[in-house]
Amino acid sequence: MVELTINNIKVKAEEGMTILDAAKSVGISIPTLCHMKDLFPTGACRICVVEVDGMRGLIPSCAYPVSEGMNVLTNSARVRISRKTIVELLVENHPQDCLICVRNKNCELQDLSETYSIREHRFVGEKKDHAIDISSASMERDPAKCILCGRCVRVCNEIQKVGAIDFTNRGFKSNVTTPYNKGLNVSDCILCGQCILVCPTAALREKSHIKAVAAATNDKSKFPIVQIAPAVRASLGEEYNLPLGKNVTGKLITALRRLGFKKVFDTNFAADLTIMEEATELISRINNGGKLPMFTSCCPGWVKYIEQNRPNLLPHVSTCKSPHEMEGAVLKTYYAKKMGLNPEDIFVVSIMPCTVKKFEAERPELNQEHLQDVDAVLTTRELVRIFKMTGIDFVDLPEDEFDNPLGESTGAAAIFGTSGGVMEAAIRTAYFKIAGNHLDKLELEDFRTENKVKSKSIKINDDITLNAAVVNGIGNVGKILDEIENGDSKYHFIEVMACPGGCINGGGQPIHAKPEKIRKRVQALYEIDANAKTRRSYENESVQKLYNEFLEEPNSHIAHEILHTNYIDRKSILKRK
Amino acid sequence: MHKDIFKHYPANDRSNLIAILQQIQDEYGYLPEEALQDVASFLCMPVSSVYGVATFYNQFRLTPLGKNVIRVCRGTACHVKNSANILTALESELNIVAGGTTRDKLFTLETVACIGACSIAPVININEEYYGRISVKEIPKIIKKYKTEAKKEISNLESASV
Repeated sequence: MVELTINNIKVKAEEGMTILDAAKSVGISIPTLCHMKDLFPTGACRICVVEVDGMRGLIPSCAYPVSEGMNVLTNSARVRISRKTIVELLVENHPQDCLICVRNKNCELQDLSETYSIREHRFVGEKKDHAIDISSASMERDPAKCILCGRCVRVCNEIQKVGAIDFTNRGFKSNVTTPYNKGLNVSDCILCGQCILVCPTAALREKSHIKAVAAATNDKSKFPIVQIAPAVRASLGEEYNLPLGKNVTGKLITALRRLGFKKVFDTNFAADLTIMEEATELISRINNGGKLPMFTSCCPGWVKYIEQNRPNLLPHVSTCKSPHEMEGAVLKTYYAKKMGLNPEDIFVVSIMPCTVKKFEAERPELNQEHLQDVDAVLTTRELVRIFKMTGIDFVDLPEDEFDNPLGESTGAAAIFGTSGGVMEAAIRTAYFKIAGNHLDKLELEDFRTENKVKSKSIKINDDITLNAAVVNGIGNVGKILDEIENGDSKYHFIEVMACPGGCINGGGQPIHAKPEKIRKRVQALYEIDANAKTRRSYENESVQKLYNEFLEEPNSHIAHEILHTNYIDRKSILKRK
Repeated sequence: MHKDIFKHYPANDRSNLIAILQQIQDEYGYLPEEALQDVASFLCMPVSSVYGVATFYNQFRLTPLGKNVIRVCRGTACHVKNSANILTALESELNIVAGGTTRDKLFTLETVACIGACSIAPVININEEYYGRISVKEIPKIIKKYKTEAKKEISNLESASV
């Protein structure tokens, strides 16, 4: 421990701690922009500068360790002027369109401008001018709004290890962009949206489907149906200052009905359906010498990643569509028939914690006779915007229940929203299908940790011991893929989620969630599972009925036609080496 | 072939990035996109990072040089003697901006900090030749000279092949 003084307050701090953290521990807040917790500091933005006795210049507190007897001023006139100038320079090189910006009132630059009381334009000069990149199906990139903090670059390179964007050029021409400034649609980007979550401004944002959804809900000839992903119900309440990790399913259903959706269904239903298909596929691969290990295919970011980087391993990916696509497909076939609806009139909207789902919904493979399985995807953030627009006072809404039959779900489906959840759900069903009896302990604690790669061997019977692994974040998948390429993978079944933590921390979720928040969201999903009447996908009666009336049995011919898909070698399309 | 360059360097070690890029540029006169991709996979780093480095340093070019390289001195002495006008005149004559290459690949226009010929400012340099105390009026004539030369070369080649 070392002792230092910050603003005349005696502070005890651990050796190696930064001034920033030491100040925080005694309630002194220092603004940051480029700083990212747990990543090596770059000290690039200089907004966190402080004055230290004996040092000639101001020093960045995020990158400077405390030392014994250090005397720090975080709020001297010199520091304030310096910070204010930095903010002024950033503001002057930024489009002044806050009023019509998607991040209005949720922007770090705006906050800093307010904090440092910037009330005039002191610097006037040339502004950078970059075109908006709207090439991708999921995201928009508006480099004019970029303040070059580099957080997106670091998430993309160091956490996701995708490396789609980086700093290019220098000085006034500096720009965060793709190689050759090409569109995101032809870059290495997997559209996971983790960069959106860390962007302080609106330089990175989702491509909005709000207009399409509004048009469909207002169109009398359409039959708009909405479905909600598991992770959305655990995070939406945050936007209304409800207790962290509060499950808001009931209110959410009421709100969606008020928006004009004729039916409100649950993606969790299709998650159970996915498990039936996926577990059956796994067992069949094990019994019939199919390609192993088998990867889950629920995460479209992961699917896009393997298509772009290791197309040779695509036969390892389960052919199951992701749950919301299965739900859409069942709605436009089974449900349409049952209700006497014309599939062309059905407009399926998915509420997702995810940006890639927008891209996925547009995949040409995912359709029924040229009708997209899912017509539009709204992120959690977009949904909140719609609620505001339509005067829905979310907090005071009464609770409601999902419509049936595509609204019933088991606890196994709820945990799809968190890393390890799909694996746990799949094992519950696979165990039953192989061993013939229920798994005693449903909670597989090894898969509930925050580790980057989680693995466990599960003895199912004397013949079969299932080696399962969970990859928590696409940045951790490389080694596992290498093992398979080298032919020395010991696993049978591997879950991969592109976003660290799973969908609960997806790129479509509320911005700037601290790890504590995300843990609460995870807890909410585990609670839904723990309190569910049924907790194993094969116990979902509506799913059983769907098989009896329509799909015959898991992996049947018709199930394959409607619930399974194929993948594309995008590496060749993108001409990557 | 740039792949031969890789033989002199260990794979997966990005500390050699700049040296490798320099050698590739020596080979081709610029950094072709395909080569950047190869460098990225050789050093196990994203193409975006390689591209970032290649665009950071002025020494690297991402487009091939034109047949004639025009360098406009933008040093202090030339600046005082209105080299900005010379540059603008060249840009409008060639219909490109500094750093660019004409569509017919005859000319590349560049600026340099100081050519080192301040006594004859303002000065431009085309390939090996220097043009001192130059005025905006002379520019079309100079450019025409190089265009005519190029035409002559082409017709010589054509008659030779006939």
